Amino acid sequence: MSFIKPNFRHPGHKPNALGFLPSDYEGLLSTLCAGCGHDSIGAGIIQACFELNIEPHRLAKLSGIGCSSKTPAYFLGNSHGFNSVHGRMPSVATGANLANRDLIYLGVSGDGDTASIGMGQFVHLVRRNLNMTYIVMNNGCYGLTKGQDSATADKGSKSKSGNANVFQNIDLAGLAIELGAGFVARSFSGDKTQLVPLIKAALNHPGFALIDVISPCVTFNNNPGSTKSYDYVRQHLEATATVDFVPPADVIEVNYEDGAEVDVTMHNGSQLRLRKLQPGWNPYQKDAAVRALHEASTAGEVLTGLIYVNEVQEDLHVMLNTCERPLNQLTERELLPPLQALDAINASLR
Amino acid sequence: MSPPTITSGLRTQGKFGKVAHYSSGYIFVDFYQIAEILRSTDIQHPEYFHKVIDCQYACPAHTPVPEYIRLIAAGRYTEAYMVNWESNVFPGILGRTCDRPCEPACRRGRIEEEPVAICRLKRVAADNKGDVRRHMPRGPFPPNGKKIALVGAGPSSLTVARDLAPLGYAIHLYDEQGLGGGMMRSQIPSFRLPAEVLDEEVGYVLDMGIHTHFRQYVNSLKSLMEAGYDAIFVGTGAPRGKDLPDLPGRWDAKAKIHIGIEWLANVAFEHTHAIGKKVIVVGGGNTAMDCCRTSRRLGGETVSVVVRSPFDEMKASPWEKEDALHEGIPIYDCHVPKSFVVENGLLKGMYFEKVEASYVGGRRKLLPTGEPDVFFEADDVLLAIGQENSFPWIERDLGIEFNQWQLPVLNETTFQSTQPRVFFGGDAAFGPKNVITAVAQGHQAAISIDLFCQGKDPNDRLVPTTQRIPQKMGIHEWAYDSYVVDDLRYEVPQEDKAITLKDRKVEVELGFDRETAFREAQRCLNCDVQTVFTLNKCIECDACVDICPTSCISFVPDGDEADLRTRLSAPADNLTQDLYVAGPLPTTRVMVKDEDVCLHCGLCAERCPTAAWDMQKYLYQVTKAGSCKHIL
Repeated sequence: MSFIKPNFRHPGHKPNALGFLPSDYEGLLSTLCAGCGHDSIGAGIIQACFELNIEPHRLAKLSGIGCSSKTPAYFLGNSHGFNSVHGRMPSVATGANLANRDLIYLGVSGDGDTASIGMGQFVHLVRRNLNMTYIVMNNGCYGLTKGQDSATADKGSKSKSGNANVFQNIDLAGLAIELGAGFVARSFSGDKTQLVPLIKAALNHPGFALIDVISPCVTFNNNPGSTKSYDYVRQHLEATATVDFVPPADVIEVNYEDGAEVDVTMHNGSQLRLRKLQPGWNPYQKDAAVRALHEASTAGEVLTGLIYVNEVQEDLHVMLNTCERPLNQLTERELLPPLQALDAINASLR
Repeated sequence: MSPPTITSGLRTQGKFGKVAHYSSGYIFVDFYQIAEILRSTDIQHPEYFHKVIDCQYACPAHTPVPEYIRLIAAGRYTEAYMVNWESNVFPGILGRTCDRPCEPACRRGRIEEEPVAICRLKRVAADNKGDVRRHMPRGPFPPNGKKIALVGAGPSSLTVARDLAPLGYAIHLYDEQGLGGGMMRSQIPSFRLPAEVLDEEVGYVLDMGIHTHFRQYVNSLKSLMEAGYDAIFVGTGAPRGKDLPDLPGRWDAKAKIHIGIEWLANVAFEHTHAIGKKVIVVGGGNTAMDCCRTSRRLGGETVSVVVRSPFDEMKASPWEKEDALHEGIPIYDCHVPKSFVVENGLLKGMYFEKVEASYVGGRRKLLPTGEPDVFFEADDVLLAIGQENSFPWIERDLGIEFNQWQLPVLNETTFQSTQPRVFFGGDAAFGPKNVITAVAQGHQAAISIDLFCQGKDPNDRLVPTTQRIPQKMGIHEWAYDSYVVDDLRYEVPQEDKAITLKDRKVEVELGFDRETAFREAQRCLNCDVQTVFTLNKCIECDACVDICPTSCISFVPDGDEADLRTRLSAPADNLTQDLYVAGPLPTTRVMVKDEDVCLHCGLCAERCPTAAWDMQKYLYQVTKAGSCKHIL
């Protein structure tokens, strides 16, 4: 019986710049179904945080309810965590971020937690441009309650019982672009070479960053006719561009003549190097991005990669003009003005 | 696309390559050609998974180590003993004295500090076994009319006897001593190997109806050949201890300067009972360690080991050196003997020159440091500087060719000499090695003798017996104990020094008790339970890659091995360990598993949604003489 992962790791693993090993970013042994895409995304998050040299105690992972929302137990075991109410992770994330802007916020949610019960919260989170990375582990079904179609299930996609979904799906990437998100990407749990650089870029984006990750439900939605199965996604995968995340120290200026290369420079100097695969697509233009999504959807393809980026957008703290120092670090001295200050305020109102 | 099943024993020009003879004795389709065509590792090849079982692969007799360690953990000591006995004939003896080539190979040593205490676990099986005789072949065996002579009653001859007696051969065993065991009796001191253990295990063989001719020194092979034997096996060991004949003073105090192995034999056979208070043992092998520790027990108070080579390069096993140091015997390394000092016919001591090792182009040179020579006082000196073969009793006109070192010219697979009726094995074959090598060679020589006596070609070797048994019992349940414990190696308890140094017959090591044996056995990683990958079941969900604790598994674009090794989940620098490649998968990638530090924990198979990974126990057994596994 092995519900415990052995403690031995590969002796050849090198520590990152902080001296941490990949195992320092691991969590508990997953209790999800064997082969669940969510576990791959978790492994991608571990790899991204290890490679970005993030101190585990500087990151907070937040989630709602669902298979996806269980996953924070399975990665970053040394980080902060809050498993909130179903669909209410955005509120908790907003509160946490307002209280302590110094942490890195990673929200993990599912298609039910985001596009159904949590839709009301999600849209306002995007609208407010809270500085966080929001990963949707999107499997198109309610796996925890035996696989009913979710709001992101494509129209016509067949469930395990053979019934086609009759409702229009919600495209979270398109919705987020409409609502003004500054970083919108889509990826696939089975493609870590694309997913990991996207997670790294999202964690470096100074505002709301959405990654909608198609993550097959191996138990309830991996059947022929489903548009979220491993086979279907692999066969219909279209990428906007190849993605390469370049940390600040490694950035070198290179000019590409063919215009196929786009370098997005993040606020900390790191770069997202994109090599275009879609001729008409432009990551800086909302119209082009939305059009590319529509065209792919119409063609029955799954468009992945970075879809839209606006790296200079103002986040919630800038909009609210909050102080640089995290609110939870303000002491009585700053929060309770002295009597003279009160007098001055009162005097100004007389 | 999955690799075709290739039946072992295929002998014709095949579709995928030509039939090849392998040096290790089996016949198989050319592996490399197949691999090239299929881009997948040929796991049907009997040696592929055998190699993953590092301990078994390293063992000259290929004893199925994890198999018996599991039996010990289960408290099935008798079965564990029989698995050993089948393969290495002397579990109780080897469990105390083996050179343990398995332990440096143990995978555990690559993931933490120390390998599993394989050797001492073997002893646990011997110490706690029940009635083993009822599992052994019992005579009288119907005679097959063939008569074999075995010269020397050491481990290799006894192995030949055990393998051939049940087949009906009349076995005649010759030895100059009055008891069987050879060097195991004459050279290994009783405090390491009690006589009862030796007697018992030698007895199991002799009781198979062996005709013993003890106290009978064979002084002519010619006369033996004329005595009507169908085959003769020479297992006379390496009986001649090396001397320092030219060292000044060597012959002035003959009575106090002894050859190590001869002196040990004299102690073992109760001819020698005492030694002087001050003793120098010259040499750095296991014989030197046995000499110095025996000296301590026969009255030696100041016993020193003086050796030419640096401490770390001494031939003695590390644990033997530790035991000597523990008994208060200092080891002086980098000292080269210069002269014996003899005054008025009395030995006073020895001079040694201090040297240091320098390495030029991989070759070691011992260069004098220029310091003054060092004098060591001594009442007795024991020379344990190596031993060599000696065949004064073999006439050189019998058709047995000898090489420049006066060693017989042998076929390395069959151990047959240039005189087809005469076979060699053990130290007598290729020079001094160790007991387990002698046993392994005995098995091979027995096969050759059997084939020869049946009028078949001894070069037609036997394929090993292999089995793959799926271990799945449930979703999280395997037929083996898959959990990997963190425990570090347990130490074997020893008897109090005050007691052991008084009596050379008191065994120093007490052996593991059953509970410690269980804990030590749990350290075994079960490397014989193989991760078997079925290509067409894989959906490339990455679950195995994500769960593997030691990052063994990768799915990457194809390439040649050198290239693949640079692109895996973790460094794959250990070139002695194979990459298990399967592909191409639907995404055109290949699955690559680096076998190096796989914990055999089964998590890849547990997390695999389609059972593309399975855990299968691989049982590899060297085929013994008389088995019906002949290829022809």
